[in-house]
Amino acid sequence: MSTVEEQENYSNKNRRITWEGCSVLLDINDGDRLLFSRLTAGSIVKIGNKNYPLQPLIGCPFGSMFQVENGANGPCLSRVIPTAEASNAEDKKECDSKNESRDNRALIDNNTAQTLTGDDIEGMRREGASGNAIVEALIANSATFENKTSFSQEKYRLKKQKKYAPKVLLRRPFARSICDTYFKKYPARIGFLRVDTLSLLLSFANVTAHSDVLVVDMIGGILTGAVAERLGGTGYVCNTYRGDSPSSIEIVRIFNFGDEINKRIVRLPLADFCASSNGDSKDIELPQAASGVDNSTIESQAASGVENPTNQSDPVSMEETTMSSEDGKPTTETCALKVHKAAKPGEKASEDAIKSWKENGFSSLIIAAPEVDAWSIVKEVLPFLSFSAPFVIYHQYLQPLATCMHNLQVEKMAIGLQITEPWLREYQVLPSRTHPHMQMSACGGYVLSGTKIHNDNQPNKDFVLLVCYN
Amino acid sequence: MLPTDPTKKLSFKRNISDGDLVIVYEKHDNMKAVKVCEKSILENRFGVFKHADWIGKPYGCKVSSHKGGFVYLLAPTPELWTLVLSHRTQILYVADISFVVMYLELIPGCVVLESGTGSGSLTTSLARAIAPSGHVYTFDFHEQRAVAAREDFERTGLSSLVTVGVRDIQGEGFPKDLTGLADAVFLDLPQPWLAIGSAGEMLKPDGVLCSFSPCIEQVQRSSETLASKFTDIRTFEVLLRTYEVREGKMDHCQTEAGTPGSRPSKRKHRASEGSQWEQDNSGSSVVMARPSGEAKGHTGYLTFARLKCVA
Ligand SMILES: C[S@@+](CC[C@H](N)C(=O)[O-])C[C@H]1O[C@@H](n2cnc3c(N)ncnc32)[C@H](O)[C@@H]1O
Repeated sequence: MSTVEEQENYSNKNRRITWEGCSVLLDINDGDRLLFSRLTAGSIVKIGNKNYPLQPLIGCPFGSMFQVENGANGPCLSRVIPTAEASNAEDKKECDSKNESRDNRALIDNNTAQTLTGDDIEGMRREGASGNAIVEALIANSATFENKTSFSQEKYRLKKQKKYAPKVLLRRPFARSICDTYFKKYPARIGFLRVDTLSLLLSFANVTAHSDVLVVDMIGGILTGAVAERLGGTGYVCNTYRGDSPSSIEIVRIFNFGDEINKRIVRLPLADFCASSNGDSKDIELPQAASGVDNSTIESQAASGVENPTNQSDPVSMEETTMSSEDGKPTTETCALKVHKAAKPGEKASEDAIKSWKENGFSSLIIAAPEVDAWSIVKEVLPFLSFSAPFVIYHQYLQPLATCMHNLQVEKMAIGLQITEPWLREYQVLPSRTHPHMQMSACGGYVLSGTKIHNDNQPNKDFVLLVCYN
Repeated sequence: MLPTDPTKKLSFKRNISDGDLVIVYEKHDNMKAVKVCEKSILENRFGVFKHADWIGKPYGCKVSSHKGGFVYLLAPTPELWTLVLSHRTQILYVADISFVVMYLELIPGCVVLESGTGSGSLTTSLARAIAPSGHVYTFDFHEQRAVAAREDFERTGLSSLVTVGVRDIQGEGFPKDLTGLADAVFLDLPQPWLAIGSAGEMLKPDGVLCSFSPCIEQVQRSSETLASKFTDIRTFEVLLRTYEVREGKMDHCQTEAGTPGSRPSKRKHRASEGSQWEQDNSGSSVVMARPSGEAKGHTGYLTFARLKCVA
């Protein structure tokens, strides 16, 4: 059913072990700090006031946990392998909390509870005490710890642990984790697109292998990347735009895409479609020469917008200078060598691909353009979709979608039109303490979805004509 | 249903042919899956439709009955399928489905295990995500349901991507020959905690498990069981609110001297003097949206967890 080749291809794309030059998401202290980084020989991460080389993370499985240590050559990260005992201890703790009888009526918070001073801790450190040992010492020297409820004891331990024994979790940058992280830290850069909303877009647009998905991604490339991830190196995700310069799709670089996926991420100015949709198929058939000059200027402009100059810090380092090595020089160069040879995402679509889309249409459409009126885009690009193709539009505001939906109805361009607003709530699940999280995101935006219909006296006739000539 | 076969790909050129599965669309809440058969007819409140008239027409077209009533013929997608499939059990809908597929990190080539199969609503979307080279192994202990699901996957053209097994997953766990092969496992079972141990054995390290349960007590119990071998255990609830859109004429508010330029303070003053909202017919139309009257208030809780990486 699946050939050996396919399987190999797959294991290259779904790698579960890090490699030199791969992009990773570092989760420090259970979500307190999230940052993207690239694993190179010289890259580092700063935790507290110390720099830790990321070298030890290379070759480890995603999902590995690391703790900080004072190694022979300075501070370093070392992998922690969870043991069976640790989980038993957790079980015991949970049982205890079920029979809680202590409360905090006698608790006085006056900062005198801790007898260990800052100097004491420094001293321990100098002597090479581990972070965990310091945490234990703090607990032993806390006058109030014994009287705390087990819930507050746990909180205390966690707080101290985060400070003195921070943990780093190595995660795989996937559409899910990338979207989550941006939404948490820099929501504006992805147009406030929440992960449940992104997942709805991919479903409503029926994104699957071998489909040709037309996107208008003006939200940094998170959409393009998420679609490309689902295509797995087949089909195309084609980003279209008005004017000369495509919007940045920098976030795509955070996904660990190989050549075969990057090649499937292309762009095409809207004008290039419209030019020949007037039944004038000239520029499809013409050899490159005539338009060569124009193209190259567009390309070089685009290059500055889409591709990062290699010496710039990676878009993935959203915090601090995780990329820089000790001598202060960006370390991207090491992997830049590789990147250079590799296929760049977001090249202009090939003539063959364009020709095929003109003949067959795209299999679906996704629009995420916070700054452009939804209806004005849809009416322009809908003709490029195959009949019966689903489409979906994201917007942070309801009104532009309502207007768009109304117009689509009036013009009889689509059916099954629906505006939905996703709602997502997370729960704390603990023995006898289960409840929804106190905070939730109140706006994941709105989604207009529908299916394009074949309408005898509507657009697309140019395409039909074109098809006949071919 | 999926474009893995290039000749079946949606396109301006692809027309409906004998033997295709089409979705007959009357209204957004009234659709039906029909296998096109030259000699067949479809009868509904709009009249009698001859399949023979459909053959050769493009997907997305409008077709008429002998009485002049019409319906649209659409190409099936997992979303449409979820709306038309025959309910042999409770099923998952698009909000939960899309979130599950995203959180399970499914991409082409993945191997995913599911139990129970139920009506195959989720299975269809799992298959879409892992196509063309991955595989879904789905298990239900109810023989008839498994048979019906197999027939459905045959109809929707997914049978090469999905294997349906008859098995008591809570009692026996997943088959041993799948040990360590799964990128993801999904459970929609009455007592999911009984299957979690086996799910852990099937998963690759860092693989993701999801359990869907309508009741919080089930979540509680599953989460406790997950704690020993899994990390990053998180529970979510996801819902959708749909909106109605309508164009309406809104009357303008006219006070006697109320020109658009007049200062608000003046208006206020006038209003307090008791001027009235005067209706005139020059009102412009506006498009308005409001949430639809009824919506699902709860489907189930989704609990996700990752298998711990032990060396
Ligand atoms: C609610 S349905 C699943 C619906 C499915 N998620 C869908 O979207 O169509 C639950 C299914 O689990 C099956 N089931 C219950 N206990 C089971 C067990 N121990 N082993 C396997 N399947 C079981 C039932 O027969 C039923 O079909």
